Amino acid sequence: MLDLVKTMEHEKIDLTINPDAVRKILTGFITSEITRAGFSHAVVNLSGGLDSALSCYLAAEALGAENVLALCLPYKSSTPDSLEHAALVIKHLGVQSTTIPISAMADALIQQFPDMNHVRQGNIMARLRMIVLYDQSEVFHALPIGTGNKTEILLGYTTLFGDSAAAINPIGDLYKTQVRQLAQAMGIPAVIIDKPPTADLWVGQTDEGELGFTYAEVDQLLFLLVDQRFSPEDCVKFGFAEGFVRAVLERVRRNQFKRLMPPIAKLSNRTVGYDFLYLRDWGT
Amino acid sequence: MKCRVAIAQISAHLGDVKANLEKHLDLISQAQAAGADLIVFPELSLTGYCLQDLVPTVAHHPVADDPVFTPLLEASHQVDLVVGFVDEDSRHRFFIASAYLSAGNVLHVHHKTHLPTYGLFDEGRFFAWGDQVRAFDTKFGRAGILICEDFWHVSPPYLLWLDGADLLLFSSASPGRGINAQPALESACWVEDINRAYASLFTSFVVHSNRVGFEDGLNFWGGSTIYDPNGGLVSRCPYHEEILSITDIDLHQLQRTRARLPLLRDERTGLVLREMHRILAHDP
Repeated sequence: MLDLVKTMEHEKIDLTINPDAVRKILTGFITSEITRAGFSHAVVNLSGGLDSALSCYLAAEALGAENVLALCLPYKSSTPDSLEHAALVIKHLGVQSTTIPISAMADALIQQFPDMNHVRQGNIMARLRMIVLYDQSEVFHALPIGTGNKTEILLGYTTLFGDSAAAINPIGDLYKTQVRQLAQAMGIPAVIIDKPPTADLWVGQTDEGELGFTYAEVDQLLFLLVDQRFSPEDCVKFGFAEGFVRAVLERVRRNQFKRLMPPIAKLSNRTVGYDFLYLRDWGT
Repeated sequence: MKCRVAIAQISAHLGDVKANLEKHLDLISQAQAAGADLIVFPELSLTGYCLQDLVPTVAHHPVADDPVFTPLLEASHQVDLVVGFVDEDSRHRFFIASAYLSAGNVLHVHHKTHLPTYGLFDEGRFFAWGDQVRAFDTKFGRAGILICEDFWHVSPPYLLWLDGADLLLFSSASPGRGINAQPALESACWVEDINRAYASLFTSFVVHSNRVGFEDGLNFWGGSTIYDPNGGLVSRCPYHEEILSITDIDLHQLQRTRARLPLLRDERTGLVLREMHRILAHDP
């Protein structure tokens, strides 16, 4: 009987979006924020995964495919699937593209530390991709588009100054579950939507394997905790395992630093970040 | 009596009053060419919304020798105007304001009385609170102006109604938020519901001019509406698109509705006053 109640409660969490409405806002956002900054082009790191594919689709729709540069930046251990799926996106959209392998750049550092663990190696790859992204943005006179979704931003499942670095992020307020819905509506190939999400930083890595839970589960919990302002206790009453709730909450708390600019030690009467307050769109 | 109402559902340049003024004058000309009697601009239409530290740099005062109001007052010989701006009083307090201009005169200035300072809003940090809710006479009858959060509270529209306003002129810069399976954002549904309710409960016309466009990550959803004294939808602008919408409203509808439904006649203002005194005095 108790289980039945829990099941019914869970059904009340509804992460369904209206893809047309969201698409209109996000393409409008990209157009507005790129053009007001004085640009007309965008550049996206295309990993072969779903999030970057969606950002690329949105940018192409907002700015025109010819104004979007998709970068494929494989490391030698990247799965062949990743390049194949990125190629699918490029072909489908007709965006411009460049492939720049990062193996030599990464190995120049990695090989100096024979015992370097895969987390360090993964962070190096993510940050090198950021360097190439920003370098190519200069070449293409473009702004880099972010590809992080709300789930990974909240969980801090991202490399600071690596894959989290971008000028604007159209998909950062969509949970992974919602990213899939929008991706489907925009016609992203099913093979990309359906495959297990992975940062592809080492062989066999999957997001859900590394995190220890599924996006379907954690998106529901985050929706209650963050969007609906449920207390952890209420989430447990709702039917989520207490250990799971505590672990997720702790992850969210511990990773707050990844969501903020570095704090500046305040000394003067007017300090950037505290009382020098202007939007990016200042004057436009 | 017919009144041709133009709603200027527009975006704004953040902090660029000159560019916004030019846009206003252009739209006023278009409205005039379309035979409009009145054109209603959104909240802070001359300045943009998320002003933060820009507030003192964009403030003006609605008098004939103000460089922004000189051309607007001139234009008001052709068509009545409601414009949104930052008003600076003689002691340098800054208000979110809307002015009603007609035949070269400032008929009324409303200072926003309810400044949202919660969630994504920070108005109380930058602006002073208005402390008057007053109806005023126009050539179309008695009207009242409220700005965004003012009409999220029931008391300001109620006061305007009792002060004789039959034409409620609402303006806002409402950030879109709340996604679900429906095509309209939750914030849009909420505002439409209450505006319809005010039209019905106060058997009055409710004109709502909401802005569109983006400021950094915030979207403004538009969807401006006019409801008649029956609560019927007279016009609705599209979501998220700039438009100059022209609608004829039949002011005789006030008489027909109130003959059928004498809510104004039967309003127990003495009872309200007595009970308000008791409630505010904490007298059981």
